[in-house]
Amino acid sequence: MTATTHNDADHADDHHDHGPELTGIKRWLFTTNHKDIGTMYLIFSLVMLFVGGAMALVIRTELGQPGMQFVQPDFYNQMVTMHALIMIFGAVMPAFVGLANWMIPLMVGAPDMALPRMNNWSFWILPVAFGILLATLFVPGGAPAGGWTMYPPLVLQTGDAFPMLIFAVHLMGISSIMGAINIIVTILNMRAPGMTLLKMPLFVWTWLITAYLLIAVMPVLAGAVTMLLTDQFFGTSFFRAAGGGDPVMFQHIFWFFGHPEVYIMILPAFGIISEIIPTFSRKPLFGYTSMVYATASIAFLSFIVWAHHMFTAGMPLTGQLFFMFTTMLIAVPTGVKVFNWAATMWKGAMTFETPMLFAVAFLFLFTIGGFSGLMLAIVPADFQYHDSYFVVAHFHYVLVPGAIFAIIAGVYYWLPKWTGHMYNETLGKAHFWLTTIFVNLTFFPMHFLGLAGMPRRIPDYSTQFADFNLVATVGAFGFGLSQLLFVWIIVQCARGGKKATAEVWENPVGLEWTVPSPAPHHTFDEPPVVK
Amino acid sequence: MTRRIAAALIALLPTGAAHADWELNMREGVTAISREVYGLHMLIFWVCCAIAVFVFGWMIVALVLHRKSRGVEAAQFSHSTKAEIIWTLIPAVILVAMAVPAAKTMIAIEDDRNPDLTIKATAYQWKWQYEYLDEGVSFYSTLARTSNDARRTGSGIDPESVENYLLEVDNHVVVPVNAKVRVLLTSNDVLHAWWMPDFAIKKDAIPGYINQVWFRAEEPGIYRGQCAELCGQDHGFMPIVVEVLEQDAYDARLAAMKAEFGTDTPRLANND
Ligand SMILES: [Cu+2]
Repeated sequence: MTATTHNDADHADDHHDHGPELTGIKRWLFTTNHKDIGTMYLIFSLVMLFVGGAMALVIRTELGQPGMQFVQPDFYNQMVTMHALIMIFGAVMPAFVGLANWMIPLMVGAPDMALPRMNNWSFWILPVAFGILLATLFVPGGAPAGGWTMYPPLVLQTGDAFPMLIFAVHLMGISSIMGAINIIVTILNMRAPGMTLLKMPLFVWTWLITAYLLIAVMPVLAGAVTMLLTDQFFGTSFFRAAGGGDPVMFQHIFWFFGHPEVYIMILPAFGIISEIIPTFSRKPLFGYTSMVYATASIAFLSFIVWAHHMFTAGMPLTGQLFFMFTTMLIAVPTGVKVFNWAATMWKGAMTFETPMLFAVAFLFLFTIGGFSGLMLAIVPADFQYHDSYFVVAHFHYVLVPGAIFAIIAGVYYWLPKWTGHMYNETLGKAHFWLTTIFVNLTFFPMHFLGLAGMPRRIPDYSTQFADFNLVATVGAFGFGLSQLLFVWIIVQCARGGKKATAEVWENPVGLEWTVPSPAPHHTFDEPPVVK
Repeated sequence: MTRRIAAALIALLPTGAAHADWELNMREGVTAISREVYGLHMLIFWVCCAIAVFVFGWMIVALVLHRKSRGVEAAQFSHSTKAEIIWTLIPAVILVAMAVPAAKTMIAIEDDRNPDLTIKATAYQWKWQYEYLDEGVSFYSTLARTSNDARRTGSGIDPESVENYLLEVDNHVVVPVNAKVRVLLTSNDVLHAWWMPDFAIKKDAIPGYINQVWFRAEEPGIYRGQCAELCGQDHGFMPIVVEVLEQDAYDARLAAMKAEFGTDTPRLANND
């Protein structure tokens, strides 16, 4: 493997021909530079965050009070479906890939990603995929309205958008798989001499495991949607009961993808948090090895819990028991992680710059999402929670103050490395407090709504749910508007500001802090030596 | 954290009418199973609260004491095998302790032997059809006209002025009190789900499948639920209403239902 490392390093030099640099749009279209591609991924995901967020605000506007005031029920369902698809595949996943592109080569001391041209390709597929997906809003029948889970038979009632949806999902899958291959090859083959696997930063570890999850499950999703396609157009009956097919089989296949997908969206977040907390606690990460093993255990368990998403579909008692036990088991490695982070802060000398604030909020709020997850594992209680707003509260807690807070924390943490300037700390703190207050105002009342009996994915509700829905709507607008401040802070930081040092923070650990800020276009042409 | 505590404290207060606004907690319901489910829900809730007090308390103490502005020196320890074993094992023990009562309730839920009455519920976009299999009674149950008029986009009708907005149907399911009622669920088109919070029942209605649930309601009354699986544009508008009657009243209603709906082919109750 050492030999290949050398070959790869020589080979990588070929891409670093310092011939005439492309300018303008061509620079971005044809770039093979991991930093450029990382930037494009991050900007793309930020744009998608606002597109998906605008859809969320359509939803919250309609739900502000009982009665249908603004949209038709079918359009409401389109918004629910598109909001989920865009946030999952367009915002959260590309944001993590963007961070991986920027940071993994810097963290392992590699000059670039292992497969730079494929890297370019895997990014540029995404705007095409989401162009197709968003175009469905304008075709006869409107956008997909059957939920992001695409359950048949309902999804087969989609209009002209149906083949576009399937094609877009295929493209997203291809992009993810190529990105994952690139990350695995980079991590396994291009580490600097001395960087053994158990010396890798946790962000690199969590991404390595995430990349394997992606390769394992994206083809499963592709298979499931292809069967939908042939059911619709070629007369097959994979999922059509009338032809001897089985609509529940789709759910099994979908969630065999879908549950690991949940961890695809949270493991890199764990990695980011594991980088930030030690830096601002001025103390090494507690239990590095158990963090790695916990991540691997979570990834393994994610393959054997899928049916907890479908307890109400009906399954034998033994099946229910099995999936209840495995689901509860996930709480153990997840608990280890939370305890290790707390132990890292314990007896540290903490300061609370914006990245640390978001990381600490992550600890508290992600844990609340973990608690509701534990409650959902209890099958008899799940019969009450399932498909209610309690579930909506649960997964938004793990995805918004979970995954998205970690992404925001990572952006603040590494932004000075990317731009060479410090962001405005006062505005960053303001952004943190606004975001944290509004995120709770939006999602906490949803627990109550679900327990009181409000089903999810309904455009209108009985009057007893009015009060908490209004609170959630107010919170959602506050949350959405607060993110404009985030954009402003990033723009301001990109344009100028206090010069950032190479280290940026006080004695941070990691190779990324050994290169100047902003990180030059080409780094580690000579591999650093890790002791 | 404070929100969590406040919510927990409020949840402790005796709750008033089940349909009061600002409702915070799951209802206990009117069956032995629903009370067991409520008990499990509260048990796991308090377990989570206890863990929260410990974990959040630990982190808050650290956040207050171990900050650089207090002039502390950072310690440099990075692992403790003993601590790591403890916080792997203790959660595992708690989980096993939770799994046992949950499994017991699951076994009770699955015991669907010897029903007193069997009703087959077939879901349609967007209404329910109920067939009393041994009585030759069959009817459709659709959203009440008052709600249906008010829920049109821009109808101008204030939902607050509609009694049981979106939770009323034209024809109620009628069952006797204290009888073990089995409901067979299937669908004629897409997936739906039959959710009755007061009975702690939620089960999908799936084309090509017959799913089974049962309940034994212990208090007469009118109980309301909704379709809980996205089923198209009017998913929010296909409620479920079950009326639990004393045996005499039930017998009288059944006779009336036989007169009205007692045909071989179910009649469309509404105008669809
Ligand atoms: Cu339905």
